[in-house]
Amino acid sequence: MASNPDTKIQGGVLGWVDARFPLSQMWNEHLAQYYAPKNFNFWYFFGSLALLVLVIQIVSGIFLTMFYKPDAELAFASVEYIMRDVEWGWLIRYMHSTGASLFFVVVYLHMFRALLYGSYKKPRELIWIFGVLIYLVLMAEAFAGYLLPWGQMSYWGAQVIVNLFQTIPYIGPDLVTWIRGDFLLSDATLNRFFALHVIALPLVLIMLVAAHIIALHEVGSNNPDGINIKDTKDENGIPKDGIPFHPYYSVKDLVGVGVFLMVFAAIMFFFPTGAGLFLKPDNMIPADPLVTPDLIPPVWYFTSMYSVLRSVPDPFLGVVAMGLAVVMLFFIPWLDRNPVLSMRYRSFAAKFNLAVFVVAFVILGWLGLQQATTEVSEMSYRFSTVYFAFFFLLWFLSKERSVAFSLIAFAVVAGIYTIYDILRFDPSDAGLIMWSWLIPTVYLFVTMVAPAFARGLGRDRAVPERVTS
Amino acid sequence: MKTLIATTFLAAAALFTVPAASAASASGDLQKANVDVSNEASLQRGATLFMNYCMACHSTEYMRYNRVGRDIGLTEQQVEDNFIFITDKDGEPVGVGSLMKNAMSDDYGEEAFGVVPPDLTMTTRIHGEDWVYTFLKSFYIDESRPLGANNTVFSNVGMPHVLWELQGWQEKVVDDDGNERIELVRSGKMTPSEYDRAVRDIVTYLSYMGEPMQLDRQRIGLYVLIFLGIFTILAYFLKKEYWKDVH
Repeated sequence: MASNPDTKIQGGVLGWVDARFPLSQMWNEHLAQYYAPKNFNFWYFFGSLALLVLVIQIVSGIFLTMFYKPDAELAFASVEYIMRDVEWGWLIRYMHSTGASLFFVVVYLHMFRALLYGSYKKPRELIWIFGVLIYLVLMAEAFAGYLLPWGQMSYWGAQVIVNLFQTIPYIGPDLVTWIRGDFLLSDATLNRFFALHVIALPLVLIMLVAAHIIALHEVGSNNPDGINIKDTKDENGIPKDGIPFHPYYSVKDLVGVGVFLMVFAAIMFFFPTGAGLFLKPDNMIPADPLVTPDLIPPVWYFTSMYSVLRSVPDPFLGVVAMGLAVVMLFFIPWLDRNPVLSMRYRSFAAKFNLAVFVVAFVILGWLGLQQATTEVSEMSYRFSTVYFAFFFLLWFLSKERSVAFSLIAFAVVAGIYTIYDILRFDPSDAGLIMWSWLIPTVYLFVTMVAPAFARGLGRDRAVPERVTS
Repeated sequence: MKTLIATTFLAAAALFTVPAASAASASGDLQKANVDVSNEASLQRGATLFMNYCMACHSTEYMRYNRVGRDIGLTEQQVEDNFIFITDKDGEPVGVGSLMKNAMSDDYGEEAFGVVPPDLTMTTRIHGEDWVYTFLKSFYIDESRPLGANNTVFSNVGMPHVLWELQGWQEKVVDDDGNERIELVRSGKMTPSEYDRAVRDIVTYLSYMGEPMQLDRQRIGLYVLIFLGIFTILAYFLKKEYWKDVH
């Protein structure tokens, strides 16, 4: 057969593939001709970093499963076998444990970015929904994985969380038995958690990540100015403020990857236990169903939600509150109806609202690690109130409100928890209840009442036509 | 915006520093162990003391004899001759590649001491080096206890004062200000400073035992960080080069 002199080998092979699979098309749609806004800043590293950590977790996880034994008799010793006898086993195991914590660090920062620049708003609601689903599955994945080393914290942490389902009326006890596969947390539980951790949840996670990225590439990326770059196109139909993802952001992300891996390596090689936050000392003791540890705090990435749980005296309502704390995230795109996306052009009240939310989330996280004293419970309750009020404020700050409406809304919201405070008033904690009452009240005053009188505080700024550098 | 970011980071920093600080204060007045896991002589002395005084009751069953020998600079022959006291089902000493279990059954341990003596492979990771160091120095005479000794760090501990012939005996005394402390009333084979060193050697060995690769980890980590540093600098200049035409 005579060969065509015009066709190079590479073009030939690529052409052969392209005729059968949209390789060039996918490359162009998602990388070389995917136009991303040119003004991405620091906060835009965390999406690609989350993908990197996912790959690290999957690869290190595959190697761990080669040596780990999902058996209540053998699990603990098999982890120590990996740490001591398997060549480079300690590196793989620390990589996986460090990766788990850093996955949440990256995901939390990524979620914060979305809140900061309004990336959940139209037309990106579905990206946000997929993202929250990823967060949910990630929590389940981390929870199942934490049981596998079969140490004391693995066992009792799982015990506490699984028992939360016990509080559900009528079906609770049977449901818990069904989840455990036994009348107590045992070998059967370990086996099924292993199956969920290495097969079921990672599969769901990967599919959700794909959906997240496909949805993103369908509508295009948001940016720190919250401006739709597709509104200003050149004669070729290319956004004037857009640059191809590859090579511009692929090389830029390489810098982010370098810095992130340095942080990763610093923790993995020098502080693998993260001062007891990533790997807890008590988890070096094999699981013992007969000995309950004094303090069973969850791993740091769950402690904010755990504080919400503990802030409610009734166990079932506590579980509902904790569930709601996550479920509320789904509604954000429809709560916040303000047309301005980026916090750069939002009012002081909106910025303050987000800042307080972040601080409340961090404080709740810290409180979740502490022994539940009266002070800790009270603070958990106050900051949980702030946590939920944030969602109301997202809606409230959707537009400028009249003085009357602001005052009435403030009176209603503040009234709800004030009446509850009066009902639960306990003279022995009078001081604590009264001063901590100021926490949600000052927050609501600044975000609701102050802008009604000092209009500047609640007024959004004009959004420019084109992105700023 | 700047203040928002700053607030976030300050709050995040608080999250990471506070638990560490409170964990340290919770451990009370422990004495500093000051161990140096790279000190091979200390590791060898600690291993010898551990094999002779501790291993009759406590196992380190996640670790193997030959690994210890290799890491602390002993030949397999030295390990076999000096460290292996347990036998297999035929009554022969176990092989040098065996896990470091002990001869005492759990039932016997429970009968003799009230609790099964715990495995010590990871004891320094569970309790901390300072705790183990202080614990081994804090036994005192207490006739009310079944084995005649109690401990100020771990009250009503089931363990007898195994190192008594080295340290001697301490008694609990109350000074004029009403503060309780323990005082040496009968000396042992070692002076107090020699005993401190012996205990430090044991803790050094146990610290090694808790994480035998800890020195490798730090050594390799340094090279990895240097590599990543160079990588990041190159990536930064590559990015700058590509972004020249973005305005």
